[in-house]
Amino acid sequence: MPQLPGLFKGLGVTARTAGRTLFPKRGWKTLIPAPQKGAVTVQYPHEKEAPPDRARGVIALHEENCTACMLCSRSCPDWCIYIEGHKVKAPPRRAGGKPRTVNMIDRFDIDYALCMYCGICVDVCPFDALFWTPEYEYSEPRIADLLHDKDRLGEWMDTVPDFLDYEAGSEQKVRKVPR
Amino acid sequence: MSLLALPYWQETAIKLGLALAVIPATSLILVYLFLFKMMAFMQSRLGPNDTGPYGSLQLIAEAIKFLQKEDIHPAQADRRVFRMAPVVVLASTFLLYVVLPVGPDAVVQNLDTGVFYAMAVSSLSVLGILMAGWASANKYALLGGLRAAGQLIAYELPLILAVMGVVIQAETLNLQGIVVAQATGEIFGFGAIGNPFILTQFFAFLIFMISAQAELTQTPFDMPVAETELVGGFHIEYTGFRFLLFFMAEFGTAFAFSALASVMFLGGWWIPGFDVDDNVLNVLGPGVMLAKILLIAFFIFWVRFTFPRLREDQLQKFAWKVLIPLALANIVLTGIFKVVF
Repeated sequence: MPQLPGLFKGLGVTARTAGRTLFPKRGWKTLIPAPQKGAVTVQYPHEKEAPPDRARGVIALHEENCTACMLCSRSCPDWCIYIEGHKVKAPPRRAGGKPRTVNMIDRFDIDYALCMYCGICVDVCPFDALFWTPEYEYSEPRIADLLHDKDRLGEWMDTVPDFLDYEAGSEQKVRKVPR
Repeated sequence: MSLLALPYWQETAIKLGLALAVIPATSLILVYLFLFKMMAFMQSRLGPNDTGPYGSLQLIAEAIKFLQKEDIHPAQADRRVFRMAPVVVLASTFLLYVVLPVGPDAVVQNLDTGVFYAMAVSSLSVLGILMAGWASANKYALLGGLRAAGQLIAYELPLILAVMGVVIQAETLNLQGIVVAQATGEIFGFGAIGNPFILTQFFAFLIFMISAQAELTQTPFDMPVAETELVGGFHIEYTGFRFLLFFMAEFGTAFAFSALASVMFLGGWWIPGFDVDDNVLNVLGPGVMLAKILLIAFFIFWVRFTFPRLREDQLQKFAWKVLIPLALANIVLTGIFKVVF
């Protein structure tokens, strides 16, 4: 029976973990059960865990940068980005120049009931209009409310953290978040 | 029942009410203490702790949740069999409680063939599980049902053979008689703590516990419900109240088997220092039994939370090639000792 020592070892591991969780204190206080201290889990609704800076919580939209180019919408694997826009004439950049045409967005919705947080839209955006933010508390009782419009997506911009420095020796410039 | 001289129907009504209160309560205790809390501590987490004091009302909340759910029948299901299956499984659990003694008079029915009856009735649940697996009209459910049938039949044998050793030593099939035999027994002339059969029948106890683990389809023998390969096995198509019945039967049977083990191996309701027919034991006995049952159940669930699932062929091999020969050898040895001494 070569398996027997392993079997008992396994029982020991679970028993020891239970003991450490239930009685984490040292000395005579060991006898007082304090599982709140012994457990390694974070008791979520009571205490919050700070997500890492690059956590993919929700996507924010900086509306001024968006040109309704539709790249994000077309690259989305489950087609959860809805964009509508129109062209307007804008005054020329320099005096005497030709008036420009600019795209204004009428609608920019992301359906978070469909989104799978792949981040392709953020990567593909050439105009720095989409950003990840680590916020994650936006569940809704009604599934339709998970469709965030451009105002709601704009509100998330306040929570976008600054980009982290690249590692030493990198010649890439650190991107700036438009505020 | 000489304790209360009641007419038959009143006695029956009391027993029925007790059964309806006791069996859900037992599964409640086991699920809360072991499935929720002990398992959580073994995984270094807290378990449910918001519903009621220390999360003790969590299971009630879950039961209410099950009651709210829709009762779904698969379109291809054999409706009548599908509906009956959980009732059959639960009935086997209820019938087990009939012979479990918790005091000199505190037993629903003191059968002379108590051990035989318990073993026979506990194997009824196989029928219910097969019915569930067949009637669900689902491949996974059918596979789970077949696995359950093969496993429960394979482990029924070592279970019964292990009990045979106890029966030979106690010279009775009556569970009360087994308790009395342990209470009046002596260890080399020392009779203060009686002679709990775990000392003389240790191998029978081990075999009994291992096969009980398989009978209860607890990990490492949970192939019939293997959620990662069979997505739940025979109860895959069950929702709401019918699923709750299966759930209750699982833990109710775990409690009943722990009770059987503590009656047959740990001395049952007897407390050292009392006469075996002392009336006080009718009051103290249930408490002693509960403590012993929880101790045995602790081991069952400790093993459950520690080990991974065996493979189907390993399971069958273990029953037929290891447990049954060992149990037979145990019977032979017990018989020899019984004749010699």
